[in-house]
Amino acid sequence: MTLQLDSNVPAGPLADKWDNHKFDLKLVAPHNRRRFDVLVVGTGLAGASAAASLGEMGYNVKVFTYHDSPRRAHSIAAQGGINSAKNYRNDGDSVHRLFYDTIKGGDYRSREANVHRLAQVSVDIIDQCAAQGVPFAREYGGLLDNRSFGGAQVARTFYARGQTGQQLLLGAYQALARQIHLGTVTLYNRMDVLDIVLDDDGKACGIVTRDLLTGETARFSGHAVVLATGGYGNVYFLSTNAKQCNVTATWRAHRKGAAFANPCYTQIHPTCIPASDEFQSKLTLMSESLRNDGRIWVPKNPDDCGKSAGDIPEDARDYYLERKYPSFGNLVPRDVASRNAKTMVDQGHGVGPLRNGVFLDFADSINRLGESVVRERYGNLFDMYERITGENPYQMPMRIYPATHYTMGGLWVDYNLMSNVPGLFVLGEANFSDHGANRLGASALMQGLADGYFVLPATIAGYLADLLGTSPVPTDHAVFDTAQTEVDDRVKRLMSAKGTRTVDHYHRELGRIVWDYCGMARNKEGLEKALSEIPALREEYWRDVKVLGDGRTFNQSLEKALRVADFMEMAELKVKDALHREESCGGHFREEYQTPEGEAQRDDEHFAYVAAWEYGGPDIQRDSVLNKEKLVFENVKLSQRSYK
Amino acid sequence: MAQATELRRGAEAPRVNKGVSRRAPWPVQFYESAVGKKWVMGLTGLALYGFVFGHMIGNLKIYLGREPDGEWAIDAYGHFLRELLHPLLPNHVFVWLLRIGLIVAFVLHIHAASTLTLMNRRSRPVGYQSSRDYIAANFASRTMRWTGVIILAFLIFHLFDLSWTGTGQDYELGHVHDNMIASLSRPWVAAVYILGNAALLVHLFHGIWSSFQTLGLNNPRWNGARRLVSLGAALLVGIPNILFPLLIVTDVVT
Amino acid sequence: MSEMLNLTLKVWRQNGPDDGGRFEEYRTTVADDASFLEMLDYVNEQLVAEDREPIAFDHDCREGICGSCGLMINGQAHGPQRGTATCQLHMRKFHDGDHITIEPWRAGGFPLIRDLAVDRSAFDRIVEAGGYITVNTGAAPDANEIPVPKDVADAAMDAAACIGCGACVAACPNSAAQLFTSAKMQHLNLLPQGQAERWARSEAMVETMEEFFGSCTNHGECQEACPKEISIDFIAMMNRDYLKAKLTNRRRIGQRKVG
Ligand SMILES: Cc1cc2nc3c(=O)[nH]c(=O)nc-3n(C[C@H](O)[C@H](O)[C@H](O)COP(=O)(O)OP(=O)(O)OC[C@H]3O[C@@H](n4cnc5c(N)ncnc54)[C@H](O)[C@@H]3O)c2cc1C
Ligand code: HEM
Ligand code: HEM
Ligand code: SF4
Ligand code: F3S
Ligand code: FES
Repeated sequence: MTLQLDSNVPAGPLADKWDNHKFDLKLVAPHNRRRFDVLVVGTGLAGASAAASLGEMGYNVKVFTYHDSPRRAHSIAAQGGINSAKNYRNDGDSVHRLFYDTIKGGDYRSREANVHRLAQVSVDIIDQCAAQGVPFAREYGGLLDNRSFGGAQVARTFYARGQTGQQLLLGAYQALARQIHLGTVTLYNRMDVLDIVLDDDGKACGIVTRDLLTGETARFSGHAVVLATGGYGNVYFLSTNAKQCNVTATWRAHRKGAAFANPCYTQIHPTCIPASDEFQSKLTLMSESLRNDGRIWVPKNPDDCGKSAGDIPEDARDYYLERKYPSFGNLVPRDVASRNAKTMVDQGHGVGPLRNGVFLDFADSINRLGESVVRERYGNLFDMYERITGENPYQMPMRIYPATHYTMGGLWVDYNLMSNVPGLFVLGEANFSDHGANRLGASALMQGLADGYFVLPATIAGYLADLLGTSPVPTDHAVFDTAQTEVDDRVKRLMSAKGTRTVDHYHRELGRIVWDYCGMARNKEGLEKALSEIPALREEYWRDVKVLGDGRTFNQSLEKALRVADFMEMAELKVKDALHREESCGGHFREEYQTPEGEAQRDDEHFAYVAAWEYGGPDIQRDSVLNKEKLVFENVKLSQRSYK
Repeated sequence: MAQATELRRGAEAPRVNKGVSRRAPWPVQFYESAVGKKWVMGLTGLALYGFVFGHMIGNLKIYLGREPDGEWAIDAYGHFLRELLHPLLPNHVFVWLLRIGLIVAFVLHIHAASTLTLMNRRSRPVGYQSSRDYIAANFASRTMRWTGVIILAFLIFHLFDLSWTGTGQDYELGHVHDNMIASLSRPWVAAVYILGNAALLVHLFHGIWSSFQTLGLNNPRWNGARRLVSLGAALLVGIPNILFPLLIVTDVVT
Repeated sequence: MSEMLNLTLKVWRQNGPDDGGRFEEYRTTVADDASFLEMLDYVNEQLVAEDREPIAFDHDCREGICGSCGLMINGQAHGPQRGTATCQLHMRKFHDGDHITIEPWRAGGFPLIRDLAVDRSAFDRIVEAGGYITVNTGAAPDANEIPVPKDVADAAMDAAACIGCGACVAACPNSAAQLFTSAKMQHLNLLPQGQAERWARSEAMVETMEEFFGSCTNHGECQEACPKEISIDFIAMMNRDYLKAKLTNRRRIGQRKVG
């Protein structure tokens, strides 16, 4: 261990930690704030809310996104909803219960203090968003509606039709737009951040960008750098993430010294539409809420799999989730649902032309509630399904299969959301903080907004206060020269490889390796295979990739090429992490470590820690250094998750 | 719009409309904006509709033949108009008020129409290079400019023809009936009238509907009816107006 | 069950804002369960194999929510299927042997970047002008202190569904941005939370819109192209609000119920 990983969790009783901490933190007086330049990378829920809030407070903010508009960030795609411990339903919800559910859902691999803070501020988030005009679903009395989501036993999820993420992001985006108009925030759209710059004493002091329209690289410097750049799910190539989601910003920060925590934790979402052919460019999520009224089954007899569902009699069907988990049934957590689907398909019960799905059947609900009610609840999802598959789910069951959806791992951050690199803050899906080894539904939106609206604006002051009076490192300083040259070289190398195969080809290849050996279920042998294949593929990539056109113009192949290059390295660390964690927990399932019933078998004695990897050199699997942050649980009792 | 410069990295977006001068009195500001101009078009458009409607009713008198005193009914109507509100106002004053109102409406309507047309031209410097496949935009809506111009042309001709000098037929101010018959019984004139009023009909078919939108007269309860209302209103003026020249040139009315 | 389609594409190619641009013709064969953008991905793979630069087009979520994609397909914005963004359009809507013409959005307010990609920043300018509710983080009252009748919330949501794709402008014969602007505006103008800034918002957004885009002749083409099927009723509401904005004495609003 070479890093000092101090989680900086304040002392005192869990419930008071955040308030005490806010009081103890240093402040920056309003009239001093405009003297600080803050660079925010990302305009998703986390980035937009942070940039807007900092702007409101009077800081001098520059915000960057590779999208043409901040509103297009991947957060826009979130469908289901956002959790909050409002307990408007009087069904026994509370901050503590949300805290507890989240810790348990994360399979006891997250930091108590962070999660509790998340549950606390979740309440303010809803207030803030409602005031911004987010059109949450309402009851006839005009008050907010809730639904139960992702296997929670209380109704604490707020939603806006099937477009919750979109509406929350628009709220944050509009707040951001207001600050842009007022001039406190400057927007740099269509700007790819390709490196993070540290000053001579190792503090984050700026970034190097590539203007996607002109291809020019440029430097920006500030007192602090905030990364809210989302997750790395696209390392699998096929995922529910937007096509452009990538790991570049966080990976580059990692190479500069920021620890990467738990890269092996990825969430596989159970209800996605199975791939239909090799043209497939992305997988589409069907909101989890479908599991509230749909029943999941496969034919008992593999020979029936070819038949259409209607021809398979009731007794020839295996409703395996209801069978194995009587009390939760179809509503078991995502990791459990996904893994069981995989088992079924692997055992040859898969349905659909490619035998790569399981049925999600609404026949019963349609009989029970009537088609109109079902249409009212899921109409837009059913339409979406029909658009994509050409099948009508009112008449035949949907076919679903798990797909990569969310990445719990990310840059290591302390209680202040600051990485081990001073001045480098990491928010939202990009950090590792709150979801442990598995994320519960409707909690990522909550975390992104908690980080951006309420946590960072408080904690960043604690860091900036000491820098009062200093001016940011000038962009003509040597550290910027080296960083920018490095970026330009990377671009040159890719442009001049002039190989034979497209970027997508290599991305697909990488995705296949990671999915096969480091997907829903992993084992030593497979992971080691992956560790031998990835470096070879990476080497071939740099030699043989074919990027046409000019680096000095709008060049989408080059954008992809730069991102895939970083995935190639990140993937190796991810696999190494999965190999080292010899236990099963949440989304990380090691076949060697399971209970007799085939559930994840944790090893709290040896693995109740955060694996924070430190970059050691280009040979990732040899040089990366493992640092451990021990996880201490003072308020919850660790237990085997059981959803029977 | 501090940020408008962010467009720098692409080609410059042309400033399509010069924008609204914030300090000017509100009616000026309002008319400077395109939405304001549309309000003016809508209102003047409806006012003009009011006129053509009334005008059409008046013209129906052509069918009444002579009054007991032997004067043509429509001539009498002409005098009546001129002497309307007499002795409250001296003769002709009221007609002039009407005319002034009418002129103002036309001028505004046409000015707005032409400025908006130019604005729309500027807003798409490079057009589509392949053919468009319209779904909602119909013939009427896409030809407003042309039908409008035709109406204007017709109007000028029409004024010379029946109010000012006549267009070659033996013309005598005040003898509305004789002037009309004399003029419209010439086939080419009749053709001009039919064309002009056909244009008006088409113009109104979209115009009336459009004005509902422009004036924010919009309510799911009766939105469905709006198309029918505008069709009806257009036919109500268009058909009789087209019949006049038709019946006269075919000597049904003499 | 998926069958193959042989297609002839006519695609607009233009190296940059200053280049002239022209149509190029490509032949390709794809499965009918591919999406339209996957079809283009595939064409790009073919092009690269032949050392020709791939076609540039914007896209991201590929599920009809981010608003990045947008192509003029056979003269229709987002193609033949109603209420569908280009990325949700699937090839089974086409037939074997079809000719497909693909053009970028054309509007002064959307300067062309390259091939099929355009710059829609003007939309951001419109929102920045007033498309928000002023409430600093932390200043909000309890969410249930402002009841919003369900019907109102639903209407606001109908408007808020706009994904900012620009198809309305692209489809409009006048390249007017009325549908987008009215949707963004009415989302907020309909809600109680939005009343305080209603008139200032209406004024600012309309006037900013008119700096970039054409005027509305009520063609209704935008409504047909809109992937979220946003209704032109919102345009009528915007027109009404704009007049009121010019007429109301904002210092007296407190005396009357607004809206
Ligand atoms: C289909 C789908 C449905 C979901 N549904 C739900 C749900 O119902 N409930 C829930 O709680 N969560 C849900 N999630 C998860 C949730 O949406 C995401 O975890 C969350 O939105 C992440 O937000 P973010 O702000 O951290 O990152 P993002 O929203 O991904 O934003 C990343 C931002 O960073 C920018 N960026 C990234 N890299 C760079 C770079 N190198 N240079 C410049 N800019 C960069 C991007 O432009 C973007 O603006 C869903 C996720 C998916 C994929
Ligand atoms: C008696 C004559 C006329 C009547 C009754 C009339 C009526 C109308 C009406 C009701 C509208 C709808 C306005 C709106 O959309 O709100 C309209 C629009 C229009 N009129 Fe006329 N009009 C007349 C003459 C003219 C003339 C002479 C011109 C031009 C030379 C003209 C040009 C237009 C144009 C271009 C529009 C469409 C404007 C737009 O929506 O962008 N009209 N007219
Ligand atoms: C077939 C249809 C029409 C007929 C038969 C007709 C007939 C007449 C006649 C006889 C007059 C002279 C009235 C008088 O001098 O007292 C007149 C005047 C006029 N007409 Fe028409 N008209 C027709 C259509 C129109 C239309 C479509 C317009 C408008 C676009 C129009 C606008 C006018 C105007 C402005 C005057 C002058 C009124 C005045 O002097 O105050 N007419 N018309
Ligand atoms: S209104 Fe419809 S078409 Fe216009 S930008 Fe919004 S979603 Fe796209
Ligand atoms: S198509 Fe254009 S003219 Fe108006 S109604 Fe739609 S904006
Ligand atoms: S790619 Fe996101 S809407 Fe089409």
